[in-house]
Amino acid sequence: MLALEKRPNPSRFWLYATPVVAVALTMVAGGVMFAILGKNPFEVVRTIFWVPLFGEFAWYLRGQLLVKAGPLILIAVGLSLGFRAGIWNIGAEGQYIMGAIFGAAVGLAVFPTENRLIFPVMILAGLFGGWIWAMIPAILKTRFNTNEILVSLMLVYVAQTILAMASTNFLRNPEGSGFPGSRNFSSYPAASNPELIAGTGIHWGVVTAVFVVVAAHVLLQRHLLGFQIKLAGQAPRAARFHGVSPNRLVVLCMGVSGALAGVAGLFEVTGPAGQISIDFNVGYGFTAIIVAFLGRLNPVGILFAGLLMALTYIGGEMAATNLGLPSAAIQAFQGMLLFFLLAVDVMTNYRIRFAAMGAR
Amino acid sequence: MDFGAINPVVLVASLMVAAVPIMLAAIGELVVEKAGVLNLGVEGMMIMGAICGFIVAVRTGSPLAGFAGGALGGAVLSAIFAFLTQFLLANQVATGLALTLFGLGLSALMGQGYNGIKPPVTGPVPFGPLADIPVLGRILFSHDWMVYGSVLVVAAVWWVLTRTRTGLIIRAVGESHDAAHALGYKVNRIRLGCILFGGAMAGLGGAYISLVRVPQWVDGITAGAGWIALAIVVFASWKPWRVLVGAYLFGGITVLQLNLQAAGSTIPVEYLSMSPYLVTILVLVLMSSGRGRAGLNAPAALGQNFHAAR
Amino acid sequence: MSGEGSDVLLSVEGISKTYPGVKANEDVSFAIGAGRVHALLGENGAGKSTLVKMIYGLVRPDAGRMRMRGQDFAPQAPREARAAGVAMVFQHFSLFEALNVAENVALGMDDPPPMRELAARIRAVSEGYGLPLDPGRLVGDLSAGERQRVEIIRCLLQDPKLLIMDEPTSVLTPQEVQILFGTLRQLAGEGTSILYISHKLEEIRSLCDGATILRRGRVVASCTPREKTARELAEMMVGATLNAPARKAKAPGPLRLAVRGLDAASPSAFGTALKDVSFEVRQGEILGIGGVAGNGQDELMLALSGELRGRPDSVMLNGAPVGDLGPDARRRAGLVTGPEERLGHAACPDMSLTENALLTGATRKGLTRRGFVDWRAAESFAQEIIRTFDVRTPGTRTAARALSGGNLQKFVIGREILQAPDVIVVNQPTWGVDAAAAAFIRQALLDRAAAGAAVVVISQDIDELLEVADRFAALNEGRLTAPVPTEGLTLDRIGMMLGGAHGMHSADVHHTHEIVQSEAGHAGT
Repeated sequence: MLALEKRPNPSRFWLYATPVVAVALTMVAGGVMFAILGKNPFEVVRTIFWVPLFGEFAWYLRGQLLVKAGPLILIAVGLSLGFRAGIWNIGAEGQYIMGAIFGAAVGLAVFPTENRLIFPVMILAGLFGGWIWAMIPAILKTRFNTNEILVSLMLVYVAQTILAMASTNFLRNPEGSGFPGSRNFSSYPAASNPELIAGTGIHWGVVTAVFVVVAAHVLLQRHLLGFQIKLAGQAPRAARFHGVSPNRLVVLCMGVSGALAGVAGLFEVTGPAGQISIDFNVGYGFTAIIVAFLGRLNPVGILFAGLLMALTYIGGEMAATNLGLPSAAIQAFQGMLLFFLLAVDVMTNYRIRFAAMGAR
Repeated sequence: MDFGAINPVVLVASLMVAAVPIMLAAIGELVVEKAGVLNLGVEGMMIMGAICGFIVAVRTGSPLAGFAGGALGGAVLSAIFAFLTQFLLANQVATGLALTLFGLGLSALMGQGYNGIKPPVTGPVPFGPLADIPVLGRILFSHDWMVYGSVLVVAAVWWVLTRTRTGLIIRAVGESHDAAHALGYKVNRIRLGCILFGGAMAGLGGAYISLVRVPQWVDGITAGAGWIALAIVVFASWKPWRVLVGAYLFGGITVLQLNLQAAGSTIPVEYLSMSPYLVTILVLVLMSSGRGRAGLNAPAALGQNFHAAR
Repeated sequence: MSGEGSDVLLSVEGISKTYPGVKANEDVSFAIGAGRVHALLGENGAGKSTLVKMIYGLVRPDAGRMRMRGQDFAPQAPREARAAGVAMVFQHFSLFEALNVAENVALGMDDPPPMRELAARIRAVSEGYGLPLDPGRLVGDLSAGERQRVEIIRCLLQDPKLLIMDEPTSVLTPQEVQILFGTLRQLAGEGTSILYISHKLEEIRSLCDGATILRRGRVVASCTPREKTARELAEMMVGATLNAPARKAKAPGPLRLAVRGLDAASPSAFGTALKDVSFEVRQGEILGIGGVAGNGQDELMLALSGELRGRPDSVMLNGAPVGDLGPDARRRAGLVTGPEERLGHAACPDMSLTENALLTGATRKGLTRRGFVDWRAAESFAQEIIRTFDVRTPGTRTAARALSGGNLQKFVIGREILQAPDVIVVNQPTWGVDAAAAAFIRQALLDRAAAGAAVVVISQDIDELLEVADRFAALNEGRLTAPVPTEGLTLDRIGMMLGGAHGMHSADVHHTHEIVQSEAGHAGT
């Protein structure tokens, strides 16, 4: 019989090995799933993990990798701060949408003025949109002790409705002959977020993501605030004893994660997506939760996790077009990855012992 | 507001139908939380129930088998949650989220090729002349058996939790797993049982959506019903009968806003369709702000994992 | 052995139990006669708890065997032990606060009668043994002594042959201890054997017929406690001679801490609100605050540390109001605290000792610069604590949870003392700590007072307070008595300050008087 035994000290080896083992196990289990779907599992796994990086169209797909990883990393780093402190903002999808709408609205309001300040102001508006949307659950939690998980999640559905209104109503392209969707930012240089170096996929969002990773790393490793965030998550009473105000931390962590999700939405809508449309959001806000955990809530880990998750997106699309793999399969595959990660995670703090039946 | 085009009798009758999925999912989650476990994967379990129930019903042609399949689908998914949280001590919040993300993906995968198919019809219970009573007959005696079944489940959960030893043990485990362990109760096994029950109920609720409420298969068919069920548990202060009230309240809001949309109300459609979510938030605020003794109904060990150290 | 041979109820023969890294029990043997009160004596960590868990079926031994009335006895689960007539009152109660008394009792029984009948039996049995209880009350609303009654009644309803009591008196006032002893003698008189686990020597001498003394998991002696002095028992238990802490008489200095009319609501549902608490402490002085668990100790600690805030002038530090300041601002002003709960409150279990040194040392030790942590300084502070307070640990990178209770407590107390505070407040500073570490910690507190700090020690251990404190005050239901000098203070007086016997109705008090008297007569024979 197997028994778990708590380690006196967390295992450093497993801290780093966990994501690798989880990815390996997911490939195995995913392979079984692909086989059940009637595909050659080796072919599918190769298409997802190898082809985008080293295949025929790698020159293009590697750039796409950064395009997809950018928003995931931005959102996940923000979420990870809250998750570390035991503050569960799972409504990043809604904050992402609201950031995009706020930022886009600012840009579209001044169309077609050309001014260098327009894009920076739009970034601020994007930050604000995500921040204000995250402040709703934050304030309700601090004032009324309302569960932030449920409120932030409910606000995703509200945001999606507002997005529908924006694309069919108040932000609709007046020259779009009645079709839903806003003006396309690619034809409005002052408000667009173009590829900075051709062929690399790098846009302002990617640059910001890298900057945020570094800032978060310094915050967590070197700053007292980072220490307080970790403390609040691991031992809430010890955090209060240290002098952390739980409410302040809720407002701070929700605010930062909301603002980062919002600005990710702004970069997406002005760059890769190009316009506000009913379905410009593709679930990055939810996938970022997986990315945050896969990166072990560590900024540098999240950088790699974001790239890996972007790989599964692109590889999934490749597998869909080349091998006819249903696109839902990749979503299930990503969910599986989180399961395996959570399962293997037990090894960090526990060791498994084989005990005789009955004894303990 | 224009209520003129809406028939109140039809409204009440249809809210009873609309309430069934969230009532079932919420009563299942209530038992899970009473045992001290927070399973945020209700949405994922519901949608798995919806697709499993749909597939089984279409394949067998029997709605009954469909509901059984839905319950089984939800329970199987919850078994993953139980294994991760009870035996591998994974974080319950993260695992619950994983369950939802995985359930949404897997259901979409399983549902390929089932779009646009009509499931076998679940007919009303033949009450004979009772159904012809004016007003009451339409409201009370015109429904399929799941409407009555879900109320019976609520009654049964109330009875078990408050009147039986099993219920006492479940509440004790949710209150203090250490004390329960010291008395010799198998904390993890009791929680496992509750999680599976919660999964089955969520699955049953999901199956009702795809087999009766909609009735067809669409990706993401549950549209947040699982999250609303979680909110109803908070609304109900962990009391079974209040789950019934909460479910009818939310069922009522859903039906009313749909009716208003259909009746061509002057309120824009978007405001109407976001109203159930806004009302959920409002209700959460109202229920959470009253602190003190009312909060005692919340199980003290909610969300904490148990590991028998020595 | 000591007259228990003829009618042995339970015999333990050569029991061993090893946990990874620890030999909890090694070749332990002893026997309990029917109707006898047998003591299991030993310090924290001597292996008493593991031993009784094996008798109760919660843990299974690696080697050795047990016999009950000559039959092999190897319970696989508490249910089997209960079926064999073993009942246990736990040290940390196995009670459910949000459930009522009758439900709690039912959970401890294998085949409880219907609730109404059970309630009637609880009333009957509790009155019969002088331990009145209302079956319908929520356990969370009961005092610590009343909660223990719930546990005892739960056991008695099963008509046990052997009743195990794990440190039962640590939550009782002296008066309540007398009532409990009356009940236990009554039970023994009716033929029930009692296994009594304690480290309180005088209690064992007055109550028990025989004693087995454990040290580091082994039996080091068996004796009849009445024939030994408390000092002899202590030396057998600890294995060395312990010196009482040295204290130098000193005239108190200027006023450091003044608490005036402090009211505070409890943050927890079943906590106790503080009502109009006032006291003063001067430099060089130690104020001991006693009280039975759950009478406002935690709330007082929170109100002093700054985790609960109130009126500015309710807490005055060196003449300045700090009542509305948070923990960090109070530390900066010279007030440091050491909460009761080591893991999770005073220290973060999963963090390293360096990080835990930063936890409270950041401000006074200057471990941060413009918000950025100076990890090297934090580590050297942790090293200083480890060195000065003799903390046994592989290094500063070790997680707090890996330290033994005594070592972690030395770390926590050392961390506060080394910040050279003007005022230090500690709650239960030696709770669950081995005797050597406890003596060390008490001495450190005395030394800090001598070096010029005002010290407040909140403790449920009266002996500890009498040992270190200059003045004594008691918390009872959130109110603090006026402090009195500890010199010449009698146990009876302390008991009355602690609130006498809690939860006794007037009629029952009369009843218990009879028991106490009849027990006094019993003891005389």
